[in-house]
Amino acid sequence: MEIALLIDFGSTYTKVTAADLNSETVLATAKAFSTVETNIMEGFFNALKELESSAGLNNPPYKYKVACSSAAGGLRMIAIGLVPDLTVEAAKRAALGAGARIINIFAHELSKSEVGKIEGQQPDIILLAGGTDGGNKEVIIHNARMLAGAVNLHAPVVVAGNKSVTDEVGSVLAGAGKDVRITENVMPELNVLNIEPARETIRAVFLEKIVAAKGLKKAEEFIDRILMPTPAAVLNASELLARGFEGEPGLKDLLVVDVGGATTDVHSVAGGEPTKAGILLKGLPEPFAKRTVEGDLGMRYSARALLESAGLQRLMQNFRVAGDDVLSHIKKICRNPGMLSDDEKSREIDNAMAYTAVDIAVERHVGKVETFYTPFGASYVQTGKDLTQINCLIGTGGVIVYHPNPAVLMKGALFDQSRPTVLKPMHPKVLVDKEYIMAGMGLLAEIRPVAALRMMKKYLTEIRI
Amino acid sequence: MGHQVTVVLGVIGADVHAVGNRILAYALEQAGLKVINIGVLASQEEFVNAAIETGAKAILVSSLYGHGELDCRGLREKATEAGISDILMYVGGNLVVGKREWHEVEEIYRKMGFDQVYPPGTMPEEAIPQLLKDLGVDGVGGMH
Repeated sequence: MEIALLIDFGSTYTKVTAADLNSETVLATAKAFSTVETNIMEGFFNALKELESSAGLNNPPYKYKVACSSAAGGLRMIAIGLVPDLTVEAAKRAALGAGARIINIFAHELSKSEVGKIEGQQPDIILLAGGTDGGNKEVIIHNARMLAGAVNLHAPVVVAGNKSVTDEVGSVLAGAGKDVRITENVMPELNVLNIEPARETIRAVFLEKIVAAKGLKKAEEFIDRILMPTPAAVLNASELLARGFEGEPGLKDLLVVDVGGATTDVHSVAGGEPTKAGILLKGLPEPFAKRTVEGDLGMRYSARALLESAGLQRLMQNFRVAGDDVLSHIKKICRNPGMLSDDEKSREIDNAMAYTAVDIAVERHVGKVETFYTPFGASYVQTGKDLTQINCLIGTGGVIVYHPNPAVLMKGALFDQSRPTVLKPMHPKVLVDKEYIMAGMGLLAEIRPVAALRMMKKYLTEIRI
Repeated sequence: MGHQVTVVLGVIGADVHAVGNRILAYALEQAGLKVINIGVLASQEEFVNAAIETGAKAILVSSLYGHGELDCRGLREKATEAGISDILMYVGGNLVVGKREWHEVEEIYRKMGFDQVYPPGTMPEEAIPQLLKDLGVDGVGGMH
């Protein structure tokens, strides 16, 4: 046996998976409460003990021990650009693609009070963009000066703006003692996205600095490496699963929905070009592998935000739940986010919440078609990705993974006749991450991509919907 | 050649006339300009945003379908509000509905803040020398 130990340090749970790479099987998975505040390894060893006992392993030799982490608030980033729809959006997408949690975004010239806010929020990394190559120079230089003057700001700054002035921007920041990394422009030309280099740079900074800053260095005494933030691992797994690797074919276009306690993440790996003739594309081009995060859609920490975003009506529409019960359930959750639903009524409300989170998160992720009436008749304009003809829809995250009938929740991701302008999947094959291995496989993808790919194909279970 | 001057080109409003837009883009590039073509169905915000981000020196607006008067109103004000009040603005095409004297039409658009206004059928080589002059660059391409 050649065993890989794959670890996910989450904010609530530390999850571990042991996989045998020879037979390409999952030997066992286990989880325990995370202990980030005290010693992160306590929770980890609890999970490991459970894992080894359930797999019948006694102190086995692990060939690889790799981890991802969303503990201690995840990778908290601030994105700065020039125009909100352009370089700010591009910077945001680069940060999301790197697995970050975006805690704030800023456009145009930073003011003193905005810099104060940035200092107050203490981000892990700042992504500074602005201007296409050869385009606007003044704003990014101004913003670099403002950040340089912020004495209480110690976060590394990744510069991904107008190439004509990156040297100047870099020296302004370095001159003030900031940790600066220069990378390629996230938007080298108008409406052209180039987020891969920024993503790579963010990841390098994460490896080098953030792991230590979050008190996760201790973990590296036992394990080989914390490779990436957890959301990046899921995106990594999704990309591998869609594209395939060398001789091993992938599943082609797919959409992954990951419902958590605090956020709902959606990953799509697809071009998303219009599937009907005569449709014009508008707006920024979409990254082939795209991640969106909805901070207001979650089962526990974001339960109240979910209620506020969806409204009680929408939350209840497909489920037999009473409005008063929903409100008191959510109140209970707010008091105790670790709460587990143990009776029929509260489980049904959890269903309604998860369905709604899936519904809205996918609606926000996918493209929309708008009709413009011109003097020559109607013309159709698409913004975002058309995912109506996508091959696979995959569900992961606790509430879906452990659900006896996840089809109830996954329906929320499907095309809705009553909202035909929202380009959700119409007839995808629906798979569920029953063994909860996606993040782990995203880690394994770095070491043994073919094994990771084959195991995902083996363990993701098709469900009827 | 040193630094290329950037201009933003597009067809404003719900107008989908794409052919003239391509021809203009080609002619402007031949004249040595860096052309940011935002294409058809372009909103005022898209013109202004593109100009800010790319550091453009001119906004060139086409309108072929007769609704230009409505579509163009307020563009200069938006540019001013966005901090690019000095930017050159040209407009051309079938700018009004019905038969009106050209000097009236030109007056309407000048009042809206356009620096140059061109009637339908204007050839690129008529407008480009003026543009280069207004931009303070000499023709670097082969237009004249």
